[in-house]
Amino acid sequence: MIRLEELSYHYPSKPLIFERFSLEIGGGEAWAVLGPSGCGKSTLLYLAAGLRAPTAGRVWVNGAILERPRPSTGLILQDFGLLPWATVEENVRLGFKIRDFYGPDGKHAPETTPPAVMDERVRFWIERLGLEPVRGQYPGQLSGGQRQRTAIARTLVLNPDLLLMDEPFASLDAPTRENLQKIVLQLRQESPLTSVIVTHSIEEAAVLGQKILILRNRTNRSAEVVDNPEAGGQGYADSEGYRRICSQLREMLGETA
Amino acid sequence: MKRSHTFWALLALMGAWQALAMVIQRPILPSPVVVLGVFFAEIFGELGGHFLASLWRVTASMVISILLAAPAGLALGQSQRLNQIFAPVIYLLYPIPKVVFVPIVALFLGINDLSKIVMIFLILFFQILVLVRDQAEGIRPELVYSVRSLGAGRRALFRFVYWPASLPAVLTAVRQSIGTAVAVLYVVELVATSRGLGYYIYIHGSTFMDYSKMYAGVLAMSLLGLGLYFLADVLHRRLCPWQFIR
Repeated sequence: MIRLEELSYHYPSKPLIFERFSLEIGGGEAWAVLGPSGCGKSTLLYLAAGLRAPTAGRVWVNGAILERPRPSTGLILQDFGLLPWATVEENVRLGFKIRDFYGPDGKHAPETTPPAVMDERVRFWIERLGLEPVRGQYPGQLSGGQRQRTAIARTLVLNPDLLLMDEPFASLDAPTRENLQKIVLQLRQESPLTSVIVTHSIEEAAVLGQKILILRNRTNRSAEVVDNPEAGGQGYADSEGYRRICSQLREMLGETA
Repeated sequence: MKRSHTFWALLALMGAWQALAMVIQRPILPSPVVVLGVFFAEIFGELGGHFLASLWRVTASMVISILLAAPAGLALGQSQRLNQIFAPVIYLLYPIPKVVFVPIVALFLGINDLSKIVMIFLILFFQILVLVRDQAEGIRPELVYSVRSLGAGRRALFRFVYWPASLPAVLTAVRQSIGTAVAVLYVVELVATSRGLGYYIYIHGSTFMDYSKMYAGVLAMSLLGLGLYFLADVLHRRLCPWQFIR
């Protein structure tokens, strides 16, 4: 699904974050990217989203070199991703509006969706994520959890095959966070979605990532990956395996501290 | 602030005016009753014509300033490079009291409607430009990223992010500069014209010594400013409802 090929990246007049870094993420896999702040985990996500261009090397998504954001990649950010002047429903519909705006030119919009189907999908995801009571409200009136569910709904109405999440639940309280993590797990069971979640939380990485990529606060040259195949299973967060992975991750990150 | 509060404030001001007129007892301060009588008699005649002339000048300059300043502000706010070039120029021009340009503009454009419209335009243009630019500049990169990830290119970003984000700035700028715009309107209508409220006020106050008419003109000019302010306020509430939710 995603292939990073000899990727190098640095911000202007900053040291390299990635140097000849290669990684392959298979279709349907659930990845977590874990590391301290400043290690480049968000940068990696933006590269995979086509929002930044690599300094050298290539990013392949679904067999094509990525040159701009692709319409079937969904991106969910920690905050501030919603239009403050649009209601929940208008925000959820935004992707369709943008497609309408361009028309089916094959670049910004892959397909034409009949209006009835759009309405149906908007209604479905608003209901599915429990946003029905607030559909007419503005983001400023919502709780953090409702805002993030709106962002998720907005992404999912477009039927993405790849879901990229940048610390999506970091600013939420623990019960809300767990609730949203559950929703992500359910979604994954229902569809062959490939997902990558960037997080600084060891526990979140262990709950959501079947493969966990660890990045360091220096130039990253090779991919350090921890396998965590049980993640997402029923009751996994209470299991011995989960605790083992957590302490393993803690140890690995502790090495660099 | 409730509508009824505004009404009571208006009544209180009228009361104070009436009281003052009764105390002073001179023709230079007629009572509001007299002035209102003259106002309603005149507004459908001579005064109405002058009112329309003034309204036309100030509305035309507002429309032109919005049409030119809003896109320019958006462009500057979106492009760091453009802003780096123009920021120093704007920094120097913005604080200059534009009213000192009245004689210069009149020299270049003549003593006609155009020069008056251009004068008011100069004031509004910079207000709108600066507010819209700062607004567009302050848009969070996360918002732009997430909308781009939904497929938006430059045009769609403009339509779905930059424009709606700047609309409140346009309306705020208009509202804030209406007072200055009407003040400058008065100044430009004092010079070399025989149409407009400024002229009407001046001619009745200094030449004809008809103070009731002069006050009716002052009232008309106040209503012009107030009406435009009210209109900008209503538009703001209509077009940007998310800013008024509790």
